[in-house]
Amino acid sequence: MMASDTTTDQPFVQGPFVDRRNTARRAHLWLGLLLVLVSLASLAVGASGTSLWGALLKLAQGDALTLTERVVLWDIRAPRLVMGICVGSALAVSGAVMQGLFRNPLADPGILGVTTGATLGAICVIVLGATLPAFVQATLGAGPLPVAAFLGAWGSMLLLYRVSTRAGRTSVATMLLAGIALSALFAAFSGVLIFLADDMQLRELTFWSLGSLAGASWVKLSIAAPVIVVSLMLACTLGHGLNGLALGEAAAHHMGIPVERTKTIAILAVSAATGTAVAVSGGIGFIGIVVPHLLRLATGPDHRGLLVNAGLLGASLLLAADMIARVVVSPAELPIGILTALLGSPVFLWILLRKRGLVDM
Amino acid sequence: MKRRSLMLGLVTLALPLGALAQPYDTSRVVAIGGATTEIVYALGAADKLVARDSTSTFPARAQTLPDIGYMRALAAEGVLSVQPTLILTEPGAGPPETISVLQAASVPMVVVPAPFSGEGILAKITAIGDALGIPDKAQMLSDQVRAGLDDVATQVANDDTAPKRVLFVLSTQGGRIMASGTNTAADGIIAMAGGINAIDQFEGYRQLTAEAIAVAAPDVVLMMDREGDHASTAEALFAIPEMATTPAAQTGALVKMDGLLLLGFGPRTPQAAQALHDVLQGQG
Repeated sequence: MMASDTTTDQPFVQGPFVDRRNTARRAHLWLGLLLVLVSLASLAVGASGTSLWGALLKLAQGDALTLTERVVLWDIRAPRLVMGICVGSALAVSGAVMQGLFRNPLADPGILGVTTGATLGAICVIVLGATLPAFVQATLGAGPLPVAAFLGAWGSMLLLYRVSTRAGRTSVATMLLAGIALSALFAAFSGVLIFLADDMQLRELTFWSLGSLAGASWVKLSIAAPVIVVSLMLACTLGHGLNGLALGEAAAHHMGIPVERTKTIAILAVSAATGTAVAVSGGIGFIGIVVPHLLRLATGPDHRGLLVNAGLLGASLLLAADMIARVVVSPAELPIGILTALLGSPVFLWILLRKRGLVDM
Repeated sequence: MKRRSLMLGLVTLALPLGALAQPYDTSRVVAIGGATTEIVYALGAADKLVARDSTSTFPARAQTLPDIGYMRALAAEGVLSVQPTLILTEPGAGPPETISVLQAASVPMVVVPAPFSGEGILAKITAIGDALGIPDKAQMLSDQVRAGLDDVATQVANDDTAPKRVLFVLSTQGGRIMASGTNTAADGIIAMAGGINAIDQFEGYRQLTAEAIAVAAPDVVLMMDREGDHASTAEALFAIPEMATTPAAQTGALVKMDGLLLLGFGPRTPQAAQALHDVLQGQG
């Protein structure tokens, strides 16, 4: 149980509990600072060697930037930075909420079938989009892929919610199992389309499923960022409710927590945030699992501080991974999903080995 | 109305003139696509190249150039980092976001046509020669390639044996045969060499069922000569049950050729077609 180290060890939890809350608050500060530093670095680092400092100096002296400087800083690095913050925090916060909601340390946004739904949408566009007449493709441009991925994510979420809600009550156990079943179904549809794809499309699919922030643009952000920001703000109000749910639904109900409302908000916010994140950046794994667990180890299981911290750390981590992704094989670029898993998994394993038994929920 | 048609006339006049006047700064060129890079080298303009994509592996010297990644997954800042003044690409470079950023940075991009035919190669050479401002050299190379293609075509026309049915196998991973249908580079080169593609029921590359292979009845199996799952031997290939009954298995007719040479549709294609034609005839 999530609150076991504070409730069972010490029945009167005033002292350590307050201490833990302060830890979480201090962590807000440090993680906020970390995010600011990583963001600055992310604007300064890139394959082209365009200097952020040089450009700022120029601006301060009232000189005009060169076209390359403007394009690199404003059209490439800046939208990428904002996209990284949105996607990283969306994945990490969604992971934390899912683990709390399902009282399951393995839960991540993928478990709702949201990711496979989004993938199916993306595959539909990549494979079937090529059969549209050329002028239609030219008019639509890069738009349909994120839109279809988003619709896929939302469709799967609504279906899942429908399946697991009876008489106004949502069963999280049914949802967990139905999520697995729906994922398998979507994966099968995707399989059919993959079979129909030609080898060019297959390579495109592979790159999409490995994830990347390279496609960031202000146009995409103008759609994605508001959805993610609103859903994350909603999710961050759930701390108290999720703490209650950790004790079981009945106990939470007796504590005066609006159980059904908490569950509904959690599911809606998570699907909107992850669906949008996957739609704009492809499949970026592991942030949703690693970040919340790291924070639980460091600052305790209280969701009130955890959710905000997860957002901050998730954003920093994804930005850091993105910086590596874009310089390590420059002028080419590594898909970022490879890096998050490559960096995240060993760190996670190392912590588990060192602090065995501490990831108790 | 009159004025508009006059304007149009002027514009159409100006276009070819502009093309002749070498509109591009060719000091720092990025080549995307194996055949594009090959043609730039064949035109003797390699000193202008500053980067290439990951499919540009011939000539071997090209591999010393910085690699900007796979042509469908280019990174905008990576491409800009080599400070290109001109990008030569085959169709399909992307993703679209990267292309629009490159346009915003006003890097000129010339998309070279790439159909799988002899005329397609000549069009590629002409387009690249024009873009680099060396149309004379392009004309020489294109004449040379045309002569090579014509030579093979004449030999094919004079073949006295029946054309061979050729099955191009892309991979045999896990005993499953991925083969080429129509409208692929493999289909194109088989036709040039005077063979018949044994599979004409679908476009692109697909996995074949056992029965489809039996119906296709290939006389020769053609594969790419490279490591990994493509490196299967004749014994291994013809041991796959559905392959064992084909005419090709009876004569052990497996032909392996370098992938980029065979499928690149660049200046070396006449040699590839010649080599394949010779092998097909020799198998008779």
